[in-house]
Amino acid sequence: MSTRPKLNIPGTTLFDGDMARKGYALNKMCFSFNSEENRQAFLADREGYCAKFGLNEEQKQAVLDLNVLAMLAAGGNAYYIAKLGGIYKLDMQDVGAQQTGMSKEAFMAKLVEAGRN
Amino acid sequence: MAHIVGGINVTHVPYIGRALANNLQQDAYWKPFFDGFPPVHDWLAEVKPDVAVVVYNDHGLNFFLDKMPTFAVGAAPEYVNADEGWGIPTVQPFGGDLDLSWHLIDSLIEAEFDLTTCQEMLVDHAFTLPLELMFPDRLEKPIRTVPICQNTVQFPLPSAKRCLAFGRAIGRAIENWDSDARVVVLGTGGLSHQLEGTRAGFINKAFDLEFLEKLVSDPDWVTRFNNDELVEKTGTQGIELLNWLTCRGALGATVRQVHCNYHIPISNTAAGLLAMACE
Repeated sequence: MSTRPKLNIPGTTLFDGDMARKGYALNKMCFSFNSEENRQAFLADREGYCAKFGLNEEQKQAVLDLNVLAMLAAGGNAYYIAKLGGIYKLDMQDVGAQQTGMSKEAFMAKLVEAGRN
Repeated sequence: MAHIVGGINVTHVPYIGRALANNLQQDAYWKPFFDGFPPVHDWLAEVKPDVAVVVYNDHGLNFFLDKMPTFAVGAAPEYVNADEGWGIPTVQPFGGDLDLSWHLIDSLIEAEFDLTTCQEMLVDHAFTLPLELMFPDRLEKPIRTVPICQNTVQFPLPSAKRCLAFGRAIGRAIENWDSDARVVVLGTGGLSHQLEGTRAGFINKAFDLEFLEKLVSDPDWVTRFNNDELVEKTGTQGIELLNWLTCRGALGATVRQVHCNYHIPISNTAAGLLAMACE
């Protein structure tokens, strides 16, 4: 376990040593999506591609479900998950809406609102 | 000796790349952001920098989590952008400045900042977009560059205190460089935003505005917060303000604010721009 003191921030898990250890295979797979050839290989056989990178069951299911909170819980890092999201043309408002259980319109309105107060 | 003309801190949201590629500067969504730049372009035309030292964080283009340096300095003749996986257009390479790179490396390690040196280094949107924004004519009038990458991705990150000290060491090194070059320092990222978790979409305007003011007048103010506290106040990606702090450190004790722009939102981010001239 990481021995650094951690502050409890609601709705937030810092990507630290504990998460980096847990999510290494998932993040390594997502890093491979910097290449178009690899993105296509993933789309052609998603389960096979996950197996090639040694994802555990929890990580594989989160990827197949495109469930961002589940990927984070399985050690995924936001920047690497975003590379997977890119394959499905998800932007950061899609990803934000999914994680907060809001519609995309409501999520975007919340961002605009943050500028008003 | 080389001369630091000043520094510019700016947000590096990937979408800016798409806006630039599609000329959306006057689009209603983008206009409040892009309207911040003409005063900075005017100032740059006046101070005429030859080299830009760019403090940024990589998002999984050059550095994967297999090797994650806390501080890395580029020492390449050219820095190439590449596919980052999220569909933003790639841009033309940037020329390096090997003399300044190695002078920085020699000086910073002498000053006990034990950094990683990179003779090959891909540069991602956090490096390329701020340069595209500041130097829209860079292909006709090239500016030399030195990338300085800080880990703001995998905790533990360098503390605010350490980043400020690192920036001050960068500033001293540039000023001791035997060259007549004029140098501008960039710090990229922030301001408050959080991409992940049920707290996604978090923005803290009050903190950002205080930070913008303190960065000019009293940058040591930031060092009262540890990095977990900075995440609490600015979000998991708002912590990129560490790059701004390093840039500010390089500018010396006193700076004059040239221009400041702040707009919410660009993508999920409170977009900031702060140009400072060295006094």
